[in-house]
Amino acid sequence: MEYEAVIGLETHVQLNTKSKMWCGCANAYGAAPNTQVCPVCLGLPGVLPVPNEEALRKTILTGYLLNCEIPRFAKFDRKNYFYPDAPKNYQLTQYDKPSTANGFVEFEFQGGLSRVRITRAHLEEDVGKSFHFDRNSGVDFNRAGVPLMEIVSEPDITSADMAYEYLNALKDILLYGGVSDCDMEKGMVRCDVNVSVRPVGSTGLGAKIEIKNMNSFSGVRRALEYEIPRQIEVVKKGGKLIQSTRRWDDTTGITEEMRTKEHAHDYRYFPEPDMMPLAPTEEWLADVRKLVVELPLARKQRFIREYALPAADAETFKNDVALGNYFEPLAKQSANPKALANWVINNLRAKLTETNEREKTEQAELGIEPADLQLTTLADLKFPPAALLELVALVEAKTISSAAAQQVFAEMYATGQAPAAIVQEKGLAQVSDTGAIEKLCDEAIAASPGPVADYRAGKAAALNALKGYVMKLSKGKANPALAGDILERKLKA
Amino acid sequence: MPNALSLNQLSISELTGRLARREISAREITQACLDQIARVDGTVHAFISHNPADALAQADAADRELAAGVTIAQKPLLGIPIAIKDVLAVKDHPLNCGSKILGKFVSPYDATVIEKMRAAGAVIFGRLNMDEFAMGSSTETSAFGITRNPWDPARIPGGSSGGSAAAVAADEAIATLGTDTGGSIRQPAALCGCVGLKPTYGRVSRYGLTAFASSLDQIGPFTKNIEDSARVLGVISGLDPKDSTSVDVPVPDYVAALDGNIRGLKLGVPKEYLIGGLDPEVKASVDAAIQQYLALGAEIVDISLPHTDYAVATYYIVATAEASANLARFDGIRYGQRVDGADPLELYTRTRGAGFGAEVKRRIILGTYVLSSGYYDAYYLRAQKVRTLIRNDFLAAFKQVDAIITPTTPTAAFKIGEKSGDPLQMYLSDIFTISCNLAGISGISLPCGFTTNPKLPIGLQLLGQPFGEATLLKLAHAYEQSTPWHREKPGTLA
Amino acid sequence: MAATDIDVKYVAHLARIGLTPDEEATMSARLAGILGYIEKLKELDVTGVEPTAHAVPMVNVLRPDVVCPSLPHEAALANAPAQANGLFLVPKIVE
Repeated sequence: MEYEAVIGLETHVQLNTKSKMWCGCANAYGAAPNTQVCPVCLGLPGVLPVPNEEALRKTILTGYLLNCEIPRFAKFDRKNYFYPDAPKNYQLTQYDKPSTANGFVEFEFQGGLSRVRITRAHLEEDVGKSFHFDRNSGVDFNRAGVPLMEIVSEPDITSADMAYEYLNALKDILLYGGVSDCDMEKGMVRCDVNVSVRPVGSTGLGAKIEIKNMNSFSGVRRALEYEIPRQIEVVKKGGKLIQSTRRWDDTTGITEEMRTKEHAHDYRYFPEPDMMPLAPTEEWLADVRKLVVELPLARKQRFIREYALPAADAETFKNDVALGNYFEPLAKQSANPKALANWVINNLRAKLTETNEREKTEQAELGIEPADLQLTTLADLKFPPAALLELVALVEAKTISSAAAQQVFAEMYATGQAPAAIVQEKGLAQVSDTGAIEKLCDEAIAASPGPVADYRAGKAAALNALKGYVMKLSKGKANPALAGDILERKLKA
Repeated sequence: MPNALSLNQLSISELTGRLARREISAREITQACLDQIARVDGTVHAFISHNPADALAQADAADRELAAGVTIAQKPLLGIPIAIKDVLAVKDHPLNCGSKILGKFVSPYDATVIEKMRAAGAVIFGRLNMDEFAMGSSTETSAFGITRNPWDPARIPGGSSGGSAAAVAADEAIATLGTDTGGSIRQPAALCGCVGLKPTYGRVSRYGLTAFASSLDQIGPFTKNIEDSARVLGVISGLDPKDSTSVDVPVPDYVAALDGNIRGLKLGVPKEYLIGGLDPEVKASVDAAIQQYLALGAEIVDISLPHTDYAVATYYIVATAEASANLARFDGIRYGQRVDGADPLELYTRTRGAGFGAEVKRRIILGTYVLSSGYYDAYYLRAQKVRTLIRNDFLAAFKQVDAIITPTTPTAAFKIGEKSGDPLQMYLSDIFTISCNLAGISGISLPCGFTTNPKLPIGLQLLGQPFGEATLLKLAHAYEQSTPWHREKPGTLA
Repeated sequence: MAATDIDVKYVAHLARIGLTPDEEATMSARLAGILGYIEKLKELDVTGVEPTAHAVPMVNVLRPDVVCPSLPHEAALANAPAQANGLFLVPKIVE
């Protein structure tokens, strides 16, 4: 019998607000332990939470970006459980009335489009961070009370790869919306994975096994690559899976069952009496809708459609939003957006990367901290965006050869000088004068008996060697197509 | 004979007048309170602790401000010593909530009411005894010993704000702050013969009040008379951005409302409050008060609050459920008295097993139970629905009347130990005060007479509309000014 | 509403309160009495009644996203029963 996996993900995302969820402590990563804490986020006696409006706004915006409904009534609840990293020993979350519900994410997968339904995206709070030593543990509450959004998917995912692509698509959307910095290294995105297996064709669900607290997408993929065959093997051998929680060990690459609790969880949810319910007004929601941005997939599809770009180029512009934003207004004015895209991706981006690498080395030598590096961006370029358009047009009009164009680009990147001026100054204009090129062709044929013989013997590719010789003689200025035509005519004569 | 009274026996109104005329100093007032504490608190034990040097330093600061020309209009409590229930956070002061579990906890912040009182110039001093985490009606559940009723040291002062009531009755402070979740201000005020006001839910910020039941708790003043109550309420009221449940309703001039004119105001007498356990002397005093109101020109209207009988049961579900979560933070991890264990679970159960007293444990377990899987709908959700019915009873009544008049308690102060073995009987003694918190309305208790043998104070309760404190105070003031009860002092205590 | 079937041991575990066997027995008896009294709520028909979670109904009470000073580090740890390297120390957390 064949088996298939049924996977649902609960993704926790830290929102990039300035302050925490219920208090004014900074929401910033990397401070010394317990320096961004106050009576509220330490859960001292007598304190009260007041919800951060911006965190709610970002949650609702996420709801819009994930095609969710926005209920006109939502509330916070207390989820009761004891844990040393939980300052109040209850977590404030949205239990039965979340701020967003019933949406979906669409993403490219295996050459087509896949859709995963979103059950809800709700707002809650992060807990402190524990450090484990030999005999005890230590808790830092800087992270406690950071706004956390939990995005719960329906069990629509069927493979490890699909889970991976879903997570990447989700991350892109959150970055586009500006709701989270999604820095995996800093633990800003964490996942709980629910996975079960069932015979292909059956509609029932197998025993749900939860893999807790994954902090990388590749970890999720690897964990599922291990866990799905494991479950199938148990079932095939006639074993029985029971609902349980497992932990992924990234070093050994296996999942293992966590110590089962004496009693099942009984979270005793009840409405938070210290906070009022949320009933977003139409006016407030309209303001949030103004923040809705084009989704990554839509952008990619539009770039392919409107600028006739190859998928790979459109993907580059989807992933590098700034580069895409640089490209798009130029593309609208360009006769050949595809050629322009080539220049932006292969030349401009490469050059900028090279510059940034050099800047990093130089500044590191000056002892500048990585966080304080000052790197050149697209906004700092010496030449105006229109110059790139002009350069492409010069190539298109065959005014300069693409070899010469490389020189022009290097010069305008370095000095900001206009392409036409560089061409003139350096005498890079392409020679299309037939008489002049004929002379150069004759010279090339005379100097290259080998390639001439090869060509005449039927090796068409030998023409390139001759063409190269002509270009060399012309110092790159000869029109290569014209040179080719003339050479061919002469050799066939 | 006011001249015979020492400074600690005077009201805020009298003291601020004499301070403004520079007849006395703030230091003299504070010293008088400290002297009285030294004299009587060995018997009364209203205070868990107090710091005389800190109190005198604040008094001296007030004297400097007075000398510099700061007026009472600018700082209405300037130089007035006000003592604080041990459940409210005062920066750099201990905070124990009458419990062992907080250990040597010192608050790093001020409650909003404390900030407001500081801004008004008050001398904030002392930690007043209370039932552990405000769970009790007699102050017998405190981990710091019992507080005695100044009128009869063999009797309880009421609770949970027993220390707050006793300190005012024994003239150890000019006024005090307490908290009221089911009657914890009004009941001890009644039993100790002072004025206790529970404001409307949301009138006073709860920020810095260690929560017992978040949706029921309110902070309010204990004072020697109604005008003082109005003064303190005016200072501590108002919207607080740190408390989502505080309400943006303007704070009126409560003192200005005390114009004595209550002609035509309607007082409702709920028929459900004539219960079997009502002491005849209490009933007689309240009946006399009703007659007095008629004489003052008020109208008396018979009303009905049909769900009264369900209030105690509703209260004990709602309050304990909220408390079970509110008190979860006392775990020995970040603060408080830790009892170590091999792992966090053992640390929790040992710390909380050793740190909480029997009544607190009982209520946490009851509250945990009513929220637990399979029982939520039957207990908690149902109680929230009955709460709606109780609230609707009051809102309907307030369409007919301006305030409701009842006894504060069914009996005068009972003896120490008399009910401590029977929690349910203790709970039922809160029958008249509990509904007010469930409905979120305002309430006040003021003296309306004494039992004869022994002589113990009897309290009259007035319940007012949401944010109807001005009317409530006006009604209370008119009665007070026409009766002698508030001028009575307990006998020698030393 | 199941009246007096409270499993005190289980509920005390949920609440992380250690009880001696004596305490457990007293607790069971006392709670049985209280729960018996609470049963009276069953008498009422609450069909169609909205629950009251807040005495004064309001909505959308929010704060602006503004950073305020945190506690000084020493003050944050001043009440800690055990601390080291700026962390609150606890017995080893084992999952």
